[in-house]
Amino acid sequence: MTQQPNSSTPVSDEPATGGSVVLAWLFVGIPLLWGVSQTFIKALALFK
Amino acid sequence: MATTSLLDTSSASTSVLNRSRTVAGPGYNRWLVPPAALAIHLAIGQAYAFSVFNKPLGSLISGDPNHPAPADWTAGQIGWTFSIAIVLLGLSAAVFGKWLERVGPRKAMMAASLCFGGGFLIGSLGVHLHSLALLYFGYGFVGGIGLGIGYISPVSTLIKWFPDRKGVATGMAIMGFGGGAMIGSPLAVALMNHFQGSAPQGVAPTFIAMGIIYLLFMQFGVWTIRVPADNWAPEGYVPSTEHSALITTGNVSADNAIKTPQFWLLWVVLLTNVTAGIGVLETASPLIQETFSDKFMGTGRGVTAAAAAGFVGLLSLFNLLGRFFWSSASDKLGRKVAYAIYFGLGILLYALIPTLGHNLQLTLYVVVACVIISMYGGGFATAPAYLSDLFGKYQVGAIHGRLLTAWSTAGVLGPLIVHNLHESAVEKGLTGAAAYQNVFYTMAGLLAVGLLADLLVRPVAERFYEKGPVTIEAGSH
Repeated sequence: MTQQPNSSTPVSDEPATGGSVVLAWLFVGIPLLWGVSQTFIKALALFK
Repeated sequence: MATTSLLDTSSASTSVLNRSRTVAGPGYNRWLVPPAALAIHLAIGQAYAFSVFNKPLGSLISGDPNHPAPADWTAGQIGWTFSIAIVLLGLSAAVFGKWLERVGPRKAMMAASLCFGGGFLIGSLGVHLHSLALLYFGYGFVGGIGLGIGYISPVSTLIKWFPDRKGVATGMAIMGFGGGAMIGSPLAVALMNHFQGSAPQGVAPTFIAMGIIYLLFMQFGVWTIRVPADNWAPEGYVPSTEHSALITTGNVSADNAIKTPQFWLLWVVLLTNVTAGIGVLETASPLIQETFSDKFMGTGRGVTAAAAAGFVGLLSLFNLLGRFFWSSASDKLGRKVAYAIYFGLGILLYALIPTLGHNLQLTLYVVVACVIISMYGGGFATAPAYLSDLFGKYQVGAIHGRLLTAWSTAGVLGPLIVHNLHESAVEKGLTGAAAYQNVFYTMAGLLAVGLLADLLVRPVAERFYEKGPVTIEAGSH
C-alpha cells in the first residue's frame, strides 16, 4: 500500500537557486514588458 | 492502491495536482510564487482585451469591417460574449472558492487553464460555424469559469507565503490581470494579421492559437506553485501589531463570513469602486473624443480616434500600476485607510473631471483620469489582503471568490448607469463635457457610499471565529 503524504508533509524540492527565481521572473516579465511597451507606444499618440 | 487520477478530488489521492503534493520542501524560495501567480493572471487578463475582436467578429461574412453584411453579428451581440464571461467569473469564483481551498492551487490552476484555453477552442468552432451560441458557450461560459477559478487560485497561497507583505504579494498577482490585456490585444492583432488569408478575418485560427498559447503559458504557474508547510513563517517574521484592531488573530470560514456585516460592507466597497471605475473605462474613448472634439478645441486640434486609443492604453497602464502601487502601500497604511484614500480622493477627482473638461484642460484631464483608474485597480488588488486581515487566512480564497460577485454586479451596473445618464444628457441637447457631467457626479456619489461602507468596517465579532485549531492548508478542521 502506498503511504499517503498528509497535507503538511513537504514534497522533496530542490532548493531554488537565485538563478531559477530570475528565470521565473523573466518568463512572466518579458511578455509583460512587451505588452507595456506596446501600450506606451500607442499612448504616445495622445500627446502628438 | 491509491488512485492516480489527475483530477481526483480526494485528499488522499496521490495525484501530482493535489495539495498534498505541492507542499514546499526546505529551501523553496517563496519569490517563485508571485511569477507562478502572474502566469495565471497575465493569461486570463486577456479577457479585458476581448474588444479587439469586435470588428473582425462583426464582419466575418462581409469581410469588410466598415460594411458588415445583414447576417453579420452586431456589436451588441458580440459584446454579450464578454459580459457572460465576467458574470461567470464572479459566479464561478463564488461557487468554486471552497473547492479551491480543499484541493489546493495547483489543481485549481490546471482547471482554470483547461477552461480558459478550452473556451478559446470551443469559441473558435463557434466562429468557424458562425454560431453565436457556441461562441457564448465557449469563450463566455467555459472561458468565464476559467477566469473565475484562475483569478482566485493563487490568492490565498500568496497570502500564506507573504504574511508580512500581503498587499505586495496579491498586488503583484492581480497586477497581472491588468497587464493581461496589454499582451492579449497586440498578440491578437498580430495573429489575426498572420492568419488573415486562411480564414475570415483570421479570427478562428487566432482563437485556436491563443487557446493553445495560454494553456501552455498557464502550465508554468501550475507546476511552479507550492503551498507552505503547516506553521511555516518567513524567517524572523513577527506579526505586526500596527493597525491591529482590524487584523484578526482568529479564523472565519467562508460560510460564516457571509453572515457578518463586514463581508457585506466590503461587498459594497468593491461594488462602488468597480462601478465607478468601469464607468470611466467603458466610455473612455468616446468620452475624450467628445469632450475635446474639434468643435471645442478648434479645427484639427481635437482628440482623434488614434489619440483616444492612446488614452485607453494609458488608462490600462495606470490600472496595472495602481494594482501594485496602492496594494503595496496598503501594507503600510492599513487597508481601511487605503480604501478611504481611494474613495475620498476619488470623490474629489471625479467631481473635478467635468470642470477640467469644460475648461479644455486636456493634460490635467488625462492625469486626473489616470489617478482615478490607478485607484480603481488598487481597490481590486487590496481586497484579498483586507479580507485576510478581517477573516484570517483559513478560507480567504473562498471568501474572496464570494466577494467577486460584487464585480459581476458592477460589470452590469457601471455601463448601465453611464449609458443611461449619457443618453439622457444627449436627449437634452448637451454636448462635450456637459454630456458626461452627470455621469461623473453620480460616480462621485457612489464613491461616497463606498467611503461610508469602508468607515463602518469594524473587527469581526469573535462568535464567528472557528472553534479550536484549524488546518489552514486543508481548509478544514
